[in-house]
Amino acid sequence: METYTFLREFADSWFLVVLFGFFIGVWIFAFWPSLQPARDDAASIPLRDDKAKCTGSCESCKAKFDFMKGLENG
Amino acid sequence: MADALKLTALGLVALIAAYAADQGNDIAFRVHGFIILLVAAGLFIWTLRGTDEPRPSVAMGDYMDGPVRAGVIATAFWGMAGLAVGTLIAFQLAFPALNFEWAQPFGNFGRLRPLHTSAVIFAFGGNALIASSIYIVQRTSRTRLFGGNLVWFVFWGYQLFIVLAATGYLLGATQSKEYAEPEWYVDIWLTIIWVAYLVVFLGTIINRRERHIYVANWFFLAFIITVAMLHVVNNLAVPVSIWGSKSVQLFAGVQDAMTQWWYGHNAVGFFLTAGFLGMMYYYVPKQANRPVYSYKLSIVHFWALIFLYIWAGPHHLHYTALPDWASTLGMVFSVILWMPSWAGMMNGLMTLNGAWDKIRTDPIIRFLVASLAFYGMATFEGPMMSIRAVNSLSHYTDWTVGHVHSGALGWNGMIIFAMIYFLTPRLWNRGAMYSTAAMNWHFWLAMIGIVLYAASMWVTGIMEGLMWREVDDQGFLVNSFADTVSAKFPMYVVRGLGGVLYLAGAGIMCWNMWMTIRGYARVNQPVSQMTPPAGETSAPAATPAE
Repeated sequence: METYTFLREFADSWFLVVLFGFFIGVWIFAFWPSLQPARDDAASIPLRDDKAKCTGSCESCKAKFDFMKGLENG
Repeated sequence: MADALKLTALGLVALIAAYAADQGNDIAFRVHGFIILLVAAGLFIWTLRGTDEPRPSVAMGDYMDGPVRAGVIATAFWGMAGLAVGTLIAFQLAFPALNFEWAQPFGNFGRLRPLHTSAVIFAFGGNALIASSIYIVQRTSRTRLFGGNLVWFVFWGYQLFIVLAATGYLLGATQSKEYAEPEWYVDIWLTIIWVAYLVVFLGTIINRRERHIYVANWFFLAFIITVAMLHVVNNLAVPVSIWGSKSVQLFAGVQDAMTQWWYGHNAVGFFLTAGFLGMMYYYVPKQANRPVYSYKLSIVHFWALIFLYIWAGPHHLHYTALPDWASTLGMVFSVILWMPSWAGMMNGLMTLNGAWDKIRTDPIIRFLVASLAFYGMATFEGPMMSIRAVNSLSHYTDWTVGHVHSGALGWNGMIIFAMIYFLTPRLWNRGAMYSTAAMNWHFWLAMIGIVLYAASMWVTGIMEGLMWREVDDQGFLVNSFADTVSAKFPMYVVRGLGGVLYLAGAGIMCWNMWMTIRGYARVNQPVSQMTPPAGETSAPAATPAE
């Protein structure tokens, strides 16, 4: 069998089923009830990332400021 | 030891580049040889002077934000360059005399157009993506960037790629593939940079201190991996000589066309959509201070987008030598793609549920909402234009140009501006941007600019399409091509003015960035409440002149 014909047949049958099955699996995974806490946890990642960082505005601050490096705690 | 190796390598590169600068077969290759010679020699001296100097120790607990700062500045710089060239070529179309005689052949539309597209997509958009992704991946993984100074190699290497690509276009080195114009050696350089970028990004994800990989990082990863694949396959070429810029494509005919549009459409899909959705999934929740509306929807729409986008390319090749089944396949997938696109838009907009008032008060939210609105419009218009019957009217007309720009200026541009306004105060430890009024001015200038641009291109595109297909009762075509050109003139002027407004808005942003970064404090008190400086008596209260 020609390579092209073989690949076309494979792509149109088995691999199509595999990809479709994977996609159905994604839906099932996305809606799996017991994973709700995990989804909530993941969704809140960007909201808890900021550490309280020095702003260089305190009276006693010795931090020096460099244009490219930003604020450095000295 | 490492320094000795580095010096040897840089010396060799400088030597080869010097030979290329002297002996190259064409002007672009010789100029590029000279640029590389300068860079390699400069780095050689810099490395030599740093040898045996003590290395400053790095606090590993901190995020690495130096490259993000550089990236934000580079984004603004290349944005101004790309938008300015775009405005110039818009006026060149309206007034051909702007293809100045003295600037030929470097300053004509044909050479400036790829300069504009590459500058806005890869320089403006690419720097925004690199800066955003390395900022976001550190914070959502709660760990320092992997790979130490490798990220600086990625950043500066990418800038060198931009310079080589841009100078190459002006000097006539192009492989004539839209959005993939750079010649073979520039492509190889970008591949090296991109692999280093993947290492930095993936390494950070692997080192993460969060249990889950946040959805934004899924989009960034899809963007990096897919762009690598697209870039390598579409640029398979054999150089005619290693001392010249000319190369010959490996594919020919319709296979080459299909590969090109598989690349071209997925550059839109993965560079300008998946990567930018990664930005959206961080900045929108962050700025609204609420988690993304539905994490389920984000998982489903991520995989649907990835699975569908890759097939949509053939809609660029309706009514060509491409077999009908292939262009039908591309059309069907483009129409289905509408759903995951709108899922992403809805997920972003619904995140603002309960925080809608911020559109009125927070300019960054306003930029983000406008961006999502344009994303929704462009991803509705795209599937519609991919339908063969609609495409028979819209293809080769300015409707396509209008569609691309409502996506690029609206979705990509507005979210990049939001990114710059979000990151600048944080990266330089300022409370907020210097001027909120300037942000509002920027927003409205950009909005009016986009509306002028898109509206004029719709009108002129549909008019042009209808004129091309108009036949008289004898079955003869009514209009010549030149008729459409003269009919389009007023709309071309309006489009150019839209570009001027958009560019002016970006200029205001650059001034605002400058004032913020330099740390000027703004007096926000209304004049009536100001206390006069000591030693001055306050002027008597003015009485209304009735």
